Amino acid sequence: MVLGKIVGTVVATRKDPRLVSSKLLVVRPMDPRGKPEGNYLVAVDTVNAGVGETVLVVSGSSARMASGLKDCPVDAAIVGIVDEIEVKE
Amino acid sequence: MQLGRVIGDVVSTQKDDALLGLKLLVVQPITPQREPAGRALVAADAVGAGVGEIVFFVRGKEASFPFYPGQPPVDAGIVGIVDHWDLG
Repeated sequence: MVLGKIVGTVVATRKDPRLVSSKLLVVRPMDPRGKPEGNYLVAVDTVNAGVGETVLVVSGSSARMASGLKDCPVDAAIVGIVDEIEVKE
Repeated sequence: MQLGRVIGDVVSTQKDDALLGLKLLVVQPITPQREPAGRALVAADAVGAGVGEIVFFVRGKEASFPFYPGQPPVDAGIVGIVDHWDLG
């Protein structure tokens, strides 16, 4: 999984029927120390996250194992809101 | 699988129900020479690893297999703690 900060929302009217009522958020991946890295991605939110929050994003086919996403055409899902990251080295 | 060093942990209260009880650790992939190699990631721990240990981890859906019949939404999982290695 990667850590990321939510920076925005995505609105799409015309989309795959299995994505209807999914909340799509724009996430900026970051390293454990908070430094942004890599490309922005669009992820389906399954935990009621919001802009500004640090979240845990699962990618690839594992994203479909998140709650409510079975058989959905998604490759990134937000599965947790991060309270704290402790990096010790 | 890849070698990595556990460098930290992540605390999350509001999360997918299937993640309840899983330990989430920050892993820095390393080369056999113990140099950092690539981006750090968050992995589910299946073997009781801790910060500072060298581990090997698996990426992809297979990361959830140690938790069968549970199916947590994880794409990286620690599946072994390395005692030592030998490059010959």
